[in-house]
Amino acid sequence: MKTMARRIETPLREEIIKTLHAGDEVLLNGIVYTARDMAHARLKTLIEQGKNLPFEAVGSVIYYVGPSPAPAGRPIGSAGPTTSYRMDPFVPVMFKAGMRGMIGKGPRSEEVKRLIRESCGVYFGATGGAAALLSGSIIKAEVIAFDDLGTEAMRRLVVKDMPVIVINDCYGGDLYQEGIKKYSTMGKS
Amino acid sequence: MRELDLYEITRAVRELSIEANTVANPDLRIALEKSLDKEESPAGKAVLHQLLQNQDIARKERIPICQDTGFTVVFLRVGMDIRFTGGSIQDAVNEGVRAGYTEGFLRKSIVKDPLTHPVNTNDNTPAIVHTELVPGDKVTVTLMPKGGGSENMSRIKMMKPADGTAGVKDFILETVQAAGGNPCPPVIVGVGVGGTFDYAAYLAKISLLRKIGERNSNQEIADLEREWLKEVNRLGIGPAGLGGRVTALDLFVEVFPRHIATFPAAVNIQCNAARVKTRVL
Repeated sequence: MKTMARRIETPLREEIIKTLHAGDEVLLNGIVYTARDMAHARLKTLIEQGKNLPFEAVGSVIYYVGPSPAPAGRPIGSAGPTTSYRMDPFVPVMFKAGMRGMIGKGPRSEEVKRLIRESCGVYFGATGGAAALLSGSIIKAEVIAFDDLGTEAMRRLVVKDMPVIVINDCYGGDLYQEGIKKYSTMGKS
Repeated sequence: MRELDLYEITRAVRELSIEANTVANPDLRIALEKSLDKEESPAGKAVLHQLLQNQDIARKERIPICQDTGFTVVFLRVGMDIRFTGGSIQDAVNEGVRAGYTEGFLRKSIVKDPLTHPVNTNDNTPAIVHTELVPGDKVTVTLMPKGGGSENMSRIKMMKPADGTAGVKDFILETVQAAGGNPCPPVIVGVGVGGTFDYAAYLAKISLLRKIGERNSNQEIADLEREWLKEVNRLGIGPAGLGGRVTALDLFVEVFPRHIATFPAAVNIQCNAARVKTRVL
């Protein structure tokens, strides 16, 4: 495990994604879009109908989060990751639209991992439960679509040094599998 | 007979909603600090440091520890010598949730009509309310905002009586292993054994009201808790599921008599943002 975190800019370019490996600590900078269950369902419909998308999809990073409301003086409330597997069914269509990166928590399906390899994408893990800390790296937030969904609305975030770790890289690396294999003592005496 | 205006319940629920979601309990903090000594994985240690730092930020800036401020589960232990005035208990609790979640800038995560109209109620109501009658003239209000990510990783199994304690252990290990990094480890594992299908799940839930380190008063059950916690921590899932020694901070077991034909076991997973606050009125 490398100990020095690298600064990465969004939107993600292929040559940058190719330098990322499972276990790399990364500080994300630039624009990140939020979407979770309901926003993904609506994006999927828009994409399938060939309609314009409410965000710059090419090279985009999607953060699976439903933030808490912003108190006065803050751009956003607490904003940690939600569990990613619920968004697995939407990943094929999102990659097709141009998405390159995802931020969430928890393991992905075999299909998603295959798509990450084939589409040269990346899946970042943010620490689940560290929502107040992660909120501090969000310097701007605005709702850009699906306002009626409340916390599930799609937001455009500007992030500064958002701490994430590469879970799945485009070479098939999988930090969850590698980490658990290293520390499991089940079946060993 | 002591008269108690239900407004007091509303006020307690309102204040406990905000406090539970922004101020971490000392037992959780101590458990996370202690787990730093046990954790060998550098990535796991980094996550534990983040979680401790996160608690400090939440408390100082009065923002939620976790953005998922949960389904509000309220446990009321009502003294039988109390007469309530001013409406219904369920309404009084919901009014407290509504006020607390609005004033405290907490997330509203509840949708109405799960099947046909999943539209947000916009005030996090209704709460789940469990009421128990007890001797005396006091009311104990305990509030647990329960996050969706860890609730999703919980399971119930109608085992065979022949499965025995070994079967329960295997079921716990399967459940925690399948959950992996999803429920925000290090988790707390709540186990309910016995009763009926629904009651086993209730037992698992109320086990999570204990403070970390508090063992079952039955010595044999307490021994099982220690043994099973050790086993869970051999799974290697670690903080945030990145691999490590600390997968669970504690494991609680609550039991109840069972029918000769049944052996229900429930595992309710609690996340690293375990939030429980209590007030006596």
